[in-house]
Amino acid sequence: MEIHGYAFTLYILLIPFLLFIFLGLSGHRFKPLISGIVGSAGLLVSFALSLITAYRYFFTSLHGEDGYSAIIAMNSVWLRLTEKLHIDMGILLDPISVMMLIVITTVSLMVHIYSIGYMKGERGYERFFSFLSLFTFSMLGLVVATNIFQMYIFWELVGVSSYLLIGFYYQKPSAVAASKKAFIVTRFADLGFLIGILVLSYTTGTFDFKTLTDPAGPAVTHAGGATFLGLSIITWSLILVFMGGAGKSAMFPLHIWLPDAMEGPTPVSALIHAATMVVAGVYLVARLFPIYALAGIPALNVVAYVGGFTSLFAAVIACTQLDIKRVLAYSTMSQIGYMMLALGVSGYGGHEGLGFMASMFHLFTHAMFKALLFLCAGAVIHAVHSNYMNEMGGLRKFLPITHITFLIACLTIAGIPPFSGFFSKDEILAAAWHHNKVLFVVEYLVAGLTAFYMFRLYYSIFHGRQAHYHHTPHEAPYVMTIPLMFLAAASIFTGFIPFHNLVTSDGMHLETHIEWGIAIPSVLIAAAGIAVATVMYRKESTLPARMASTFRHLYTWSFHKFYIDEVYLFVTKKIIFRYISTPVAWFDRHVVDGTMNGIAWVIEFTSHRIKGFQSGQLQQYAIVFVSGAVLLILVFIYLLY
Amino acid sequence: MHQGIPLHYFLILSTLMFFIGIFGFLTRRNLITILMSIELILNSVNINFVVFNRYLFPHELQGHFFSMIVIAIAAAEAAIAIAIIINIYRNFRSIEVEKVDEMKH
Repeated sequence: MEIHGYAFTLYILLIPFLLFIFLGLSGHRFKPLISGIVGSAGLLVSFALSLITAYRYFFTSLHGEDGYSAIIAMNSVWLRLTEKLHIDMGILLDPISVMMLIVITTVSLMVHIYSIGYMKGERGYERFFSFLSLFTFSMLGLVVATNIFQMYIFWELVGVSSYLLIGFYYQKPSAVAASKKAFIVTRFADLGFLIGILVLSYTTGTFDFKTLTDPAGPAVTHAGGATFLGLSIITWSLILVFMGGAGKSAMFPLHIWLPDAMEGPTPVSALIHAATMVVAGVYLVARLFPIYALAGIPALNVVAYVGGFTSLFAAVIACTQLDIKRVLAYSTMSQIGYMMLALGVSGYGGHEGLGFMASMFHLFTHAMFKALLFLCAGAVIHAVHSNYMNEMGGLRKFLPITHITFLIACLTIAGIPPFSGFFSKDEILAAAWHHNKVLFVVEYLVAGLTAFYMFRLYYSIFHGRQAHYHHTPHEAPYVMTIPLMFLAAASIFTGFIPFHNLVTSDGMHLETHIEWGIAIPSVLIAAAGIAVATVMYRKESTLPARMASTFRHLYTWSFHKFYIDEVYLFVTKKIIFRYISTPVAWFDRHVVDGTMNGIAWVIEFTSHRIKGFQSGQLQQYAIVFVSGAVLLILVFIYLLY
Repeated sequence: MHQGIPLHYFLILSTLMFFIGIFGFLTRRNLITILMSIELILNSVNINFVVFNRYLFPHELQGHFFSMIVIAIAAAEAAIAIAIIINIYRNFRSIEVEKVDEMKH
C-alpha cells in the first residue's frame, strides 16, 4: 500500500547524513562548539520530524479492521541484478519502525546535547559529532529498511560507526584493541547473518520484508520443504539470521565485545551500546517475527533460551564488576536478554503476541533509562575522573541532579512501580509465565539480581565512605544535566504509553492488564534485591568482602566474567592461530609467495642476462642490423638458387 | 644501345660506396662522420636508381624522380641530424657516439 504524505520521512535520514558529510569535511574550520551546536540542531529537526511521523502514523491515519499496517513511504530500485532479483532502498513505516525512529532520534538528540558539554576540550570534537551523525543515519536507515538487504547494508554501516566511535581515543591502545574486537566479533556474527539472508531469500525468492513477513506469503507456506538435520531450511536460515542479531545485541556467546566497547566516550556508550545499536538484534528478530513464529518455532526457541541464559549470565557478572561502565554494559546485555526472551516466548497474533509487544515495550523503556544511566555515569566520571567505583563514594552531596536522576533510573530498571521499567518487565514476565515456566523462574531471579547490582552501583557511587578526591567534584553543566532530566522524565512516564494498542505483532489492538499475581512477587523480589544491596553497601562494612570469601568460587568466576574471554583467546590463539593460521601462513609465505618470488627471480635473472642488448651504443645496434640483413640475403640467395 | 661505360661499372661503384658507407657507419666515432657515411649509402642507392633507369627503361623517368626524392629527403634528414648533433653536443660536450648511451636500460 503506497500512501502519500510520508515523503518527508526521507529527511529524517537525510539530515544526519548531510551533517556527517558537512561536519566531517569542514567541521575543523569552525570553533569546536559550532559543530556541536550544528549537530544537535540537525538532530532536533530529525527528532521533530520523527514525532510528526509517529503522530500521523498512530493517531491520524485511517486504520481499518486489520489494525496498523505497514506503509511504504518510498521505495526505489537501487541495484537491479536481474528482472526478479533486485535490491531496493526505501522507507518502511510500521509500528516497530516508527517506534524505533522515536527511540533513536530521542536518545541521539539527548546524547548530542550532552556531548556538547561532555566532550568539551577534547581533541577531535567535530570528528566526534560527525561520527555520531553517521551512526544516527545508519541506525535510522536500518530500522526503516524495506528489505533485508538494505537492512544488512545499514547493519554494517552501524558496525563501522560503532567501530569508529569505540576507537575514538585512537591513541589509547586499549581503545584500539576494543574497537577491533567489537568489529571482528560482530563481523563474524554478520557472516551468519549474510548466509542466513542468502538462504532465506533463495528459498523464498524475495528480499522484501512485506512479502517475507506476510503470514500467507512464500516464507511461511514453503516452510515445510527441504530439511537439514531435522530442521527445515527456513528454520536454519532464521537461526543464522539470529546469529547476526546475537552478535550485534551481545548475546552469549558473542557478547565479549560489549564490555570492552566501554572504552569509547561515555555518550557513545549511551547511544550505541545501550539504547540503539545493541537492540538492532532484537529489532531484527521482531522485524522477521511472523516467519519466526509461524515457520520457525525451533529458531524462536533458540532466541528464547539464548536470551534467557544471557540475561542471567550477564546479571551475575554485573554483580561483581568494579568499573561502573562495565556494570552498565553487563546490565545492558541482561536487559537485551530479557527482550530476546520475550520475543522467544511470543506467538503471532492476538493474545499470543503478548511477548512481542512486551519486548518492544521494554526496548523502548530500556532505551530511555539505560541511556540515562550511562549519561549519569558519564557525569560521575566527568566529576571524579575515574571509572572505578572503589574510587567513588559519598557523591550525593556534590552531584545532586545526577544523584536524583540516577536513582530514578535505578528504580526504573529494578522494576519498581510506577516507573516505566515495571510495566514493560511485568509484560515480559507475564508472557514468559504463559509459555515457559523455567525461563519465567530465571527471569524472576534476574529481576532480583538486577535490583541488587543496580543498587550496589548506586550506593557505591553516591553513598558510603567518601573517597579522597583530587579536587572537589562538581555538578556537570546544564548542557549535560538537562538531557539527564529529560530522560529521567521519560523513564518515569513512558510506562504509561498504551503500547498494547500501538505496537503489536500483527498490528491489532491487544488487551492487556497488569497481572498482579506476577507483578507483586516481582516487585517483592526487586525490593529484596534493593534491601540486600542497602545492607551491604549503604554504609561501609566488611559484609561484601565476607560474602565474597564465602562464595569464593562464584565470586572469582563472576569477577573474571566466567573466563569467556580467556576461552576465546585460548580457542583463537592456541588452536586456530597455532594449528590453522600458522600452517596457512607458512603455505602462503613459502608456497604462494615462493611461486611468485620464483617467477620474479627468473625474470630478473633473464633480464640481467639480456640487458646488454640494449646498451645504447648506436653502432652495436647497427652492426646487429647489418649482419642480420646480410644473413637474410644469404639465406634468400641460398633458397632461391 | 649505349656505347661507353658498361652497366656493371656503375654497379661496382655504387656497391663500393655502399659498403664504404656501412664501414664508416660502424667504425667512425664522430657523429658527423657517421652522418657523412649515411649520405654515402644514400647516394650509392641514388646511383643505382638512376643507372637502372637509364640502362633498363630509357624511356621512363621513375628512377630519376625517385632519386630526386631521396636527395630531398637526405637534405631534410641532414638538417635534422645536425640539429640533433648540436643538441647532443650541448648536453654531453662531445659528439663521440659511444658517450651517447644514456638511453640504455
